[in-house]
Amino acid sequence: MDIFTSIALFLRQLMSNIGLAEWLIDLIMAILRAATLGTAGLLTFMLLTWIERKLIARMQDRLGPTVHGPGGILIPLADGIKMITKEDTIPEGADRPVYWLAPLLTATAVIIVFAVIPFGPDTGGGALVGTSLNVGIVYVLAVGAAGVIAVLMAGWSSNNKYALLGAFRAVAQLISYEVPQVLTVVAVVMLAGTMDLVEMVHVQTVPFIFPLFLAAIVFFISGVAETGRAPFDLLEAESEIVAGYHIEYSAMKFSLVMMAEFIHAFLVGALFVTLFLNGWNGPIAGLDVVWFFLKCVGMFFIMIWFRGTFPRFRIDQLMAFNWKFLVPLSLINLLVVAIGDRLLVSLGWSRAEDPWAWGLSLFAVNVVLLLAASIVAGRVGRRARERDRAKAAARAMAPATSGR
Amino acid sequence: MVEPFGFIGLFIAVAIVLLSVPLILNAILAPRKPNKVKSEAYECGMETVGDTWIQFKAQYYVYALIFVVFDVEAIFLLPWAVAYNQLPLFGVIAMLLFIVLLADGLVYAWRKGDLEWS
Repeated sequence: MDIFTSIALFLRQLMSNIGLAEWLIDLIMAILRAATLGTAGLLTFMLLTWIERKLIARMQDRLGPTVHGPGGILIPLADGIKMITKEDTIPEGADRPVYWLAPLLTATAVIIVFAVIPFGPDTGGGALVGTSLNVGIVYVLAVGAAGVIAVLMAGWSSNNKYALLGAFRAVAQLISYEVPQVLTVVAVVMLAGTMDLVEMVHVQTVPFIFPLFLAAIVFFISGVAETGRAPFDLLEAESEIVAGYHIEYSAMKFSLVMMAEFIHAFLVGALFVTLFLNGWNGPIAGLDVVWFFLKCVGMFFIMIWFRGTFPRFRIDQLMAFNWKFLVPLSLINLLVVAIGDRLLVSLGWSRAEDPWAWGLSLFAVNVVLLLAASIVAGRVGRRARERDRAKAAARAMAPATSGR
Repeated sequence: MVEPFGFIGLFIAVAIVLLSVPLILNAILAPRKPNKVKSEAYECGMETVGDTWIQFKAQYYVYALIFVVFDVEAIFLLPWAVAYNQLPLFGVIAMLLFIVLLADGLVYAWRKGDLEWS
């Protein structure tokens, strides 16, 4: 039994000794659980800002924060105090109610996802899983879409042209990348046979990253794009549109927008861990939350690594990469996995009988598919580039020849 | 136990309260000295020209349309995916045909050149 369940049982016992009614105890426990999870989200945000600053600094050959506390670990606290005491400027002509609501909505939309993220097995009274929702993954995707509305609200209400441009870009990007994400989730649900995130971890006798390697990669790329982090940070490209949709936000409102972004990144990692990396399971049993957080931070590290490595996409490249590569690829992946699983079952290598043979043979199929897709994409891309270059050359020649 | 959706409703309320606290604290603690220049829209120091709230770039509209097609497809696919393990072979093939039909829509948009950003 983990420590959270013990505390929950203790509190329950305490309240029934005082003589509270059963429904009241349930209500208080539920509020406590929600508050704990929400606070955990906020604390995660503070930790993540420090991790990101420290790591990105190391990647750029700097030290990062060093002054506040050992290794600068207290800097999120200093940031928080500063954010709270800063003046909050509201631009002239802003649509005030919408302007106020947007950061609240964007932050709420990511925090409430914590309600279904399984930090450990569902033990009933524990705080490791907010609630075991039978449509958990649909809930996560639907709530994520609410964030898109918040972005558009923020951009539109600011009465700033850069903000509006950023918001338009953001919406185009976010809804586009939702398509491959949803399609890969369908592949996961297909093999898992459930949409409940807790169940999904239980059915992974083989971590789904093996049978669904391609889906995992597509999911991760589109997840990073969904969070709007580098190299997909067109919606807040500093050198093009200053800061995008949150340019006019300052003080705590800006902080909430930032928080939404960081926690969203963490949640993409958490979802990846849940769907593909066997969730809270690890080599040593009983350390559920520890394993889960280690895996999540590992995924977050890969995102920072992305940011430190890749230059930003151009908007047409971004859209083409999604619609002409990721979407067809995830559709083909869906077909291949559906047929492949049936074939393996008829061959006698079903998941129930021999999970590793099943997983590894699907893994091989995935790798072949991935190689084929990258070769085809490379060929097509090269041909398109050559065509563009020939056209540009012809354009450059044309006025010179006609002038003579 | 509270029903799952009851808990989620509660969680949304708690989250809004939790996030409103810093906003309210900020409103109380922060100084408030607006002036004309400070509350101008920030556009790199240039004075803003014209109205911001205009109709803008119909390009995005096409992407939204294709998005709707695929999102609705996903809604149909998810229940099928849950039942996948218990389905007869016919059920699987029928859905695969459905996917191919929708992929056809993507191919159509592609060939019409609607996926080009211009």
